[in-house]
Amino acid sequence: MNKIYIYILVMAAVTYLIRVLPLTLIKKDIKNKTIRSFLYYVPYVTLAVMTFPAILTATNNMYAAFFGFLVAVILAWCRKSLFQVSITACAVVFILELIL
Amino acid sequence: MHTKDNKTYFMNGVKGGIPIALGYFAVSFTLGIAAKKAGITAFQATFMSLTNVTSAGEFAGISSICAGVTYIELAIMQAVINLRYMLMSCALAQRIDTSYPLYHRFIMGFGITDEIFGVSVAQPGRLSPYYTYGAMSVSIPAWCLGTCLGVVLGSVLPANIVSALSVALYGMFIAIIMPPARDNKVVLGLVIISMLLSSGFTYLPYLKNISSGFRVIILTVVIAGVAAILFPIEEDAQDE
Repeated sequence: MNKIYIYILVMAAVTYLIRVLPLTLIKKDIKNKTIRSFLYYVPYVTLAVMTFPAILTATNNMYAAFFGFLVAVILAWCRKSLFQVSITACAVVFILELIL
Repeated sequence: MHTKDNKTYFMNGVKGGIPIALGYFAVSFTLGIAAKKAGITAFQATFMSLTNVTSAGEFAGISSICAGVTYIELAIMQAVINLRYMLMSCALAQRIDTSYPLYHRFIMGFGITDEIFGVSVAQPGRLSPYYTYGAMSVSIPAWCLGTCLGVVLGSVLPANIVSALSVALYGMFIAIIMPPARDNKVVLGLVIISMLLSSGFTYLPYLKNISSGFRVIILTVVIAGVAAILFPIEEDAQDE
């Protein structure tokens, strides 16, 4: 059963290397405009891709999740805090799942 | 010279980390349930969460271990699923305050998850490592605790509460991307296109066979790449 610890350590080593290599190897500011722009856009695209449509299947009810998504988008647009947006989305899903 | 600010940055990070911790607790709880089904003990599952801190990677890892894949196969699979962290790491490397010594990057690297990266990169100006540490200090323990309780308690937490909590993470992503999208039309367009294409890759025949890890990598590289060529950012615009 020690095998499972080797599995876990293999996963951990690969994941840590992926995370830490660019961070430690790229110390200077990148001057290339296209690369800078690419890296600037990466987080927004990645987070958008991961959010939708994955949010729809995260809960027990797709419609509740969709309304939670809409409410989160509106609140975030109005610059509410991370915590307010998250908690309100959870509350919307919780209430709608009771009704639907 | 940073000591005065470090505490403030750390506390700001803790504040940013609280919604992450809530979301992590719910997600890792379901991870714990999956681990238990695969015959993994609470200690092993918690050890996995503490050393890996990655939802998609751990979910895939559990089913792979269950199926008895080779170490090489497992390593390749983790590399593919978690490749997006490499892009995030590159992006973060450009944002860190360069006056901090190198060892901070080795510690911060451990904490690059979708969510901790998201709140860290959203900080205006240069990033202090202490902000990231603050976010890590609340979210990683919650990730481990949730995993442990998921194995031990299984189905004690009502299903509707787990269900509602699982949108917390997405709510947080939305809160990160919407304010810049409101200020910058290019970002707004990218967010909309990203969501539409992501839906296409999730539901359309053939495209839906691509794993979710690969989907994120392909779409990120293509969309951000095309945008970088068509709409290059002027110098220093990203620090404002």
